[in-house]
Amino acid sequence: MEIVKIGMADLNVVKSPGILTTLGLGSCVGIALYDKNSNVAGLAHIMLPSSKEIKNNSNTAKFADTGIELLLKKMLALGANKRSIVAKIAGGAQMFSFNSTNNILKVGERNVKATKEKLKELNIPILAEDTGGNYGRTIELNSEDGSLLIKTIGHGIKTI
Amino acid sequence: MSLDIDNLNNSMIDILKELGNIGSGNAATALATMIEKRVDMKVPQVKILEFKDVSNVLGGEETPVVGIYFEMTGELVGNIMFVLNLESAKNLTNIIFNREDDDLSFTEMDMSALSEIGNILASSYINSLSIMTGLKLKVSVPALSIDMAGAILSVPAIQFGYIADNVLFSETQFEEGNNQVKGNLFLIPDINSFEKMLNSFGVC
Repeated sequence: MEIVKIGMADLNVVKSPGILTTLGLGSCVGIALYDKNSNVAGLAHIMLPSSKEIKNNSNTAKFADTGIELLLKKMLALGANKRSIVAKIAGGAQMFSFNSTNNILKVGERNVKATKEKLKELNIPILAEDTGGNYGRTIELNSEDGSLLIKTIGHGIKTI
Repeated sequence: MSLDIDNLNNSMIDILKELGNIGSGNAATALATMIEKRVDMKVPQVKILEFKDVSNVLGGEETPVVGIYFEMTGELVGNIMFVLNLESAKNLTNIIFNREDDDLSFTEMDMSALSEIGNILASSYINSLSIMTGLKLKVSVPALSIDMAGAILSVPAIQFGYIADNVLFSETQFEEGNNQVKGNLFLIPDINSFEKMLNSFGVC
């Protein structure tokens, strides 16, 4: 089966069969969208919550807000129906912990929050999530059934 | 924003190389003093990479690595991260504890020793940065994490994400006898600090 690798600040879509994967998610969030009727799957690897916070926002796949919009657009272009699209999300860890209130380190948490807000705004239900913690994740979205495989180092493997 | 990290000119890159060189030189000296052995250092490389290529530096996104992370405060604000592959981290702890051990698992004691080495490296690096720029700088206590390279490197990458579409870092290689220790040092000033830093050398 075709495996499409998605890098940091990147996204892609596939029509079944095929697997979309992104490796080593830390504070970034992996957003897996799936339409079971058309078997169209999309995966985004976003780094930051909002394109509105900063000036340098030419790469739309870098942000939760613009990334999800672009991912949805690409899925629709491939024949997905917006009403049957569902989401699964993973990542948003805090890799290093300090006793400070530094916003930078809480970016994982903020990425998850921004992702959920955007999905809600677009009326895309979140079926499952594996977010937070202090460890990295590799995820694989299978376009045949929409299952999301999550692999970690020392925190097991699971499918959501 | 007057400074564009994605398009630095040669004199800016030279300054960053030189900062890396002197900073790492002092760090290597500090390490040599600590382990009472001769430590050699290769000329540091300054690299500018796209986000998607960052984790390849350490052998792929899923390769386990050790990351030691610091906050820099004072007149320049930002972060410093020291990343080692597991073999290098093990070699370092072997040198410290004077033993031979190939097992790539780490005890609490090993992690504490690695944090301390990171602390000394980061402090000497920041110290020389402070002297060269004439700016007052402080460094936090270390935070250590052992995980996938992609996940560890997402931390500096995200910070660069606020200001650019590329990541800039210096790679420094240390060597002690047969024990090769290869480390990557990321200096991540925030955008205003970046400008201030280059300003102190009159190139921005």
